[in-house]
Amino acid sequence: MPNAACILLIPLLPLIGFAVLGLFGRKVFRSFSGVIGTALVFVSAVLALWAAYGFFFGRGDHPSFSVTVLDAPWLVFYKGLSIDMSIVLEPLTVIMIVVVSLISLMVHLFSLGYMKGEPRFATYYAFLGLFTFSMLGLVLAGNLFETYVFWELVGCSSYLLIGFYYDRPSAVAASKKAFIVTRFADLGFLIGILILSFHSGTLNIDDLSLLSNQPQPAGASTLFLGFSVLSWGLALVFTGGAGKSALFPLHIWLPDAMEGPTPVSALIHAATMVVAGVYLVARLIFLYALYPGVLEIILYVGAISALLAAIVACTQTDIKRVLAYSTMSQIGYMMFSLGAVRPGGDPTAYTGSIFHLFTHAFFKALLFLCAGVIIHRVHSNEMKDMGGLRKTMPFTHFCFLVACLAIAGIPPFSGFFSKEEILLAAFRADKFIYSIGLFTSGLTAFYMFRLYFSVFWKKPQRADHAHPMPLVQSIPLALLTIGAAFAGFVPIPRFLLLFSETEPAHASPVFSIPPVTIALLGIGIAAWLYKEESDRPGRAAAALRGLYSLARNKFYIDEIYLFVTKKIIFHLIGRPAAWIDRHIVDGLMNALATTTARISACIKGLQSGKVQDYAWFFFIGIAGLAIFFIYIYT
Amino acid sequence: MSQVPLTHILFVSTALFFIGTYGLFTRRNMITMLMSVELILNSVNINFVVFNKYLYPEALEGVFFTLFIIAIAAAEAAVAIAIIINLYRNFRSIDVEDAGELKF
Repeated sequence: MPNAACILLIPLLPLIGFAVLGLFGRKVFRSFSGVIGTALVFVSAVLALWAAYGFFFGRGDHPSFSVTVLDAPWLVFYKGLSIDMSIVLEPLTVIMIVVVSLISLMVHLFSLGYMKGEPRFATYYAFLGLFTFSMLGLVLAGNLFETYVFWELVGCSSYLLIGFYYDRPSAVAASKKAFIVTRFADLGFLIGILILSFHSGTLNIDDLSLLSNQPQPAGASTLFLGFSVLSWGLALVFTGGAGKSALFPLHIWLPDAMEGPTPVSALIHAATMVVAGVYLVARLIFLYALYPGVLEIILYVGAISALLAAIVACTQTDIKRVLAYSTMSQIGYMMFSLGAVRPGGDPTAYTGSIFHLFTHAFFKALLFLCAGVIIHRVHSNEMKDMGGLRKTMPFTHFCFLVACLAIAGIPPFSGFFSKEEILLAAFRADKFIYSIGLFTSGLTAFYMFRLYFSVFWKKPQRADHAHPMPLVQSIPLALLTIGAAFAGFVPIPRFLLLFSETEPAHASPVFSIPPVTIALLGIGIAAWLYKEESDRPGRAAAALRGLYSLARNKFYIDEIYLFVTKKIIFHLIGRPAAWIDRHIVDGLMNALATTTARISACIKGLQSGKVQDYAWFFFIGIAGLAIFFIYIYT
Repeated sequence: MSQVPLTHILFVSTALFFIGTYGLFTRRNMITMLMSVELILNSVNINFVVFNKYLYPEALEGVFFTLFIIAIAAAEAAVAIAIIINLYRNFRSIDVEDAGELKF
């Protein structure tokens, strides 16, 4: 087990990178800044792996469930309620720091080639460092308020990176949208934290876990609108997580966030930041398990997001948007799996969710990085501009295929194992959700292979000059391909349950037949429709006309938001408020100002600028005082 | 030999004071204004000396004060003359009404 200083260095090294590159990158280091940022993250990834090894294997015979590395009081309100800056390691945290630092390292490496020649290269690496720091801080935080601080930092760096190409109006709009939507959800998170801390008297996650052992936790009996306040608090915390994790109906920012550079999408909007919501719920799962009502909400929100996003993904034509909706769908998977947790039930739901988070990070990051390579080659995001790239980009083709097989859940690729656990959990909890999950997994296979066939097959090959991929790009792709293929063999559930008594459950092999069959079916349909140039996709779209246009337009959710904000909030609330502001509030102030101006115009003659006038006033004043003190005061 | 009564001398000093004040308020010429200020100072000097002489004949503080005031008045006159010369260089006049550039 590495000592506390080493663990502190894991998040601090990227922060140092941010400070150094942000201050001196553009003037001093220039194109060298990428190497500095990458080296720092590399050290931090090595430390994270070392910490993980030490945590799981190097702690003697009877290790505790969690290790508090740092606990520094920061804001003390009164004795009992204080906000501490603490770092707590527990199995989930350790897995997360490994995932975050590894994916971040891959993206740092990949960007060395991908962002080469970018005028704001150093700034880009500075922002990446800031993001890595905040994300690592978020997962290491042992205190809900500290989590919130890093949560906002993550949102801020996401905002900065989405709007990295700030000369494009669409990128600026996308970054604003992402910031506002997630910020709106974070308001729920903050209120949730306040409710939880008010009723439990603590913000420490470890102390909150003690709360769940009490038969009647404080605040459980206080009701609000028929539900206990603690369940309200937990539901509000989940709102924050739903906003960050792009769950229905707060998902609208994620597809637009694809305006950022592609490696950023891979890091933030696929592998790490968007799973923060899943992480948060998983971290507090011992509390959520006490309130089946809240779990039910999580279950349905997750399932709806998974299904809806998968349907929309089938109709999108922008390669990055397809991947964005696929991310949303996969996060929906993780979320409904957490919603399937039942108190005292088997831990598959919880472990499956984290397992899927782990494997998803690899194959989704890989998909995005491959998309980046493809976009660089064809200079377009649209699938219709691609096609037949199989021969010219054999290496990318191979990586992309592995990632597609992994996300589709074909054995023995990583996605198969994790998705099976989730489906098993859903099967045990709720048959309806299970059927949604099964159907979504078929859809996942379909839209991923629709993408695959449209990009790599379909059109006859075009004559274009192949430029070899630099090593800094192909190494991360290769490593992530290995991860996407074999991450399923890492026994994440076993790690998660290493220090508790429960044993991970195993599914019978029969259970994996339906998901694999439906995935193969999806791949088959995709191959039939998209492998060659044909009119089949058009006819299929025509046959499903209503549904197709509904999905093509993302179920008009953006339009609903626009309607609500523009028509209802702006016109019915904003306009009257503006009128009151302009005419009543401003009017009062204006009246005050004009009165003052008038009075001053009347009396400014006194300020004549003539010395002798002032001498007169002085004399009269003295005379007046003399008279006062001689005749009146005595 | 009978002394001049105190009130007579105070009457002179008061008259001197008000003549000085009147000159200060009505004259627009800087040198005349300076002279008026000197008149006011001298009226005060007379008061000091007289009160010293008539009320505390054995003490000398009033006389000392007068000496100090005369010294300070000399210094003040030097400063004032310097100001007046500068004013004249800038405005070609020593009329206070002409120095109105900093007015609103």
